[in-house]
Amino acid sequence: MNSGGQNLWPLLLTAIGQTLQMVLATLVIGGVAGLVLGTLLYTTRPGNLMANRAVYSVLNLLVNIVRPIPFIIFITAVLPLTVQVTGTSFGTRAVIFPMAIMATFATSRIVEQNLVALDPGVIEAARSMGAGPWRIVWTVIVREALAPLILGYTFLFVAITDMSAMAGAVAGGGLGDFAIQYGYQRYNYAVMGITVAVIVVIVQFAQLLGNKLASRVLRR
Amino acid sequence: MSAMVSLRDVTKDFAAGARAVRAVDGVSLEIERGDVFGVIGYSGAGKSTLVRLINALETPTSGTVVVDDVLMTGRTERELRPVRARIGFIFQQFNLLNSRTVAGNVAYPLRVARWPKARRQARVAELLEFVGLSDKAGQYPDTLSGGQMQRVGIARALATSPSLLLADEATSALDPETTRDVLDLLRRVNVELGVTIVVISHEMSVVSYLCNRVAVMEAGRVVELGDVYDIFASPEQPVTQRFISTALHDRPSAEVIARLRLRHPGRIVTIGIRDTGGSGTLLTEQLRAHRVDGSIVYGGITDIGARPLGSLTLELVGADADVDGFITSIRGHTDLVEHGHGPQDDAGPSSGTDVIQ
Repeated sequence: MNSGGQNLWPLLLTAIGQTLQMVLATLVIGGVAGLVLGTLLYTTRPGNLMANRAVYSVLNLLVNIVRPIPFIIFITAVLPLTVQVTGTSFGTRAVIFPMAIMATFATSRIVEQNLVALDPGVIEAARSMGAGPWRIVWTVIVREALAPLILGYTFLFVAITDMSAMAGAVAGGGLGDFAIQYGYQRYNYAVMGITVAVIVVIVQFAQLLGNKLASRVLRR
Repeated sequence: MSAMVSLRDVTKDFAAGARAVRAVDGVSLEIERGDVFGVIGYSGAGKSTLVRLINALETPTSGTVVVDDVLMTGRTERELRPVRARIGFIFQQFNLLNSRTVAGNVAYPLRVARWPKARRQARVAELLEFVGLSDKAGQYPDTLSGGQMQRVGIARALATSPSLLLADEATSALDPETTRDVLDLLRRVNVELGVTIVVISHEMSVVSYLCNRVAVMEAGRVVELGDVYDIFASPEQPVTQRFISTALHDRPSAEVIARLRLRHPGRIVTIGIRDTGGSGTLLTEQLRAHRVDGSIVYGGITDIGARPLGSLTLELVGADADVDGFITSIRGHTDLVEHGHGPQDDAGPSSGTDVIQ
């Protein structure tokens, strides 16, 4: 895999490392924050455990405003904030910040959707036993919905991988950036093909792991 | 000693869009310690809401609820949690936690109550023994049958040794045989553990099998309330009579009477069987005394709260004056309904009985 006499293999390895760094950091930060936000969305819904119309409406509106913003625009829009938080405006670290925020909002909807499907009867049972709302959230709601949540997070992993392709906009590197720079823009279809293949392998592996974990939780 | 549950003029409104729906409408009742108290009504009558007002899963719009000398109304959610933990609740759909084993489900309320692990394990073993599921401790709920799941539900509800157990349609998702097993278990809970039980049901047979007192609900109100035997023996409200007729089939319907008349030429009467009045011995004595032949053509006697209840429909053959005398003396002891004569011209011998339960 050469381009203009340049050996691209080391660059590809670096790009793989950058992608994994971006995706995993985003998955952890956005996943945790999204779990909290999604659980809040679910529990503050009118009629639910911690029903609070004001909190629910504000959160719901916020999620609906942020989610549709195209990620490439979002990166530049939050750039001043990115500098404040990460101390830099470009590079892999700089792109993780907007990715984590976007992932938080995306995750919150995935979490909310999976929790809505939960049987309200088990929550009522826990309430009848004197359990408080926070205990119910962690020991009943999240635990009962664990298998679909794992599948939701697997879906999220793929979405984040997709998101990371735009990291090139702030010189974030990664596989997407690599495929565009060394493949697409140089008409080097071999490089593009190999890079895409690497992404496919990563995604396949993640999906396999997610399915395995979910079926273990479901004891099937 | 004061009542276990005392409701005073309790009303519950739910907002349904712009207007309010009154689910429970001015209910006052007392449930004594040791009672198995039935609440019966069609779906939408407000009985599920009523039972949730007792453990404050719902707060009343007005009125007061007192359980085991604790005022349940006007308290914060935080104050109510420990109170709720002392009231067991079992559900129609069992509501077990699928992410936990049978033992884990029974241990859950003990974790909530912060029992130390060793005590928790001992208590779980004891409870599973009581409900007969010791061998299922490590299994998950989705591997159990409906009856087994409800027994786990009962063990879980009894974990913290409550003095009151609320059962919301606890057998409605079960087949008749399993229903009987679960009802027998609930009876043991009442008799052996001394737990007061409130049973919500739309099946009169559940009430007659288990309860000593019953409230009949319709449109949010308690329309009839009393001793189960008395309610069965003399239901006053139409809704109560409809429920009773689903559990007792001893009285012939108009069609059955028409068929009986065709087959039996004598006078046909239905005589109530009560532990206070009519009994088999009384009938035999009176038939003999009045020189009347009586053959049973329809009827049934059921055991309600360990007391006999039912009716027998007889064809009476004899001189008119004798039959009249028999009817008069029976009426001095129990209720008697006359269905008139069979076809007089066809005076063939009466044959057979229609239905004997």
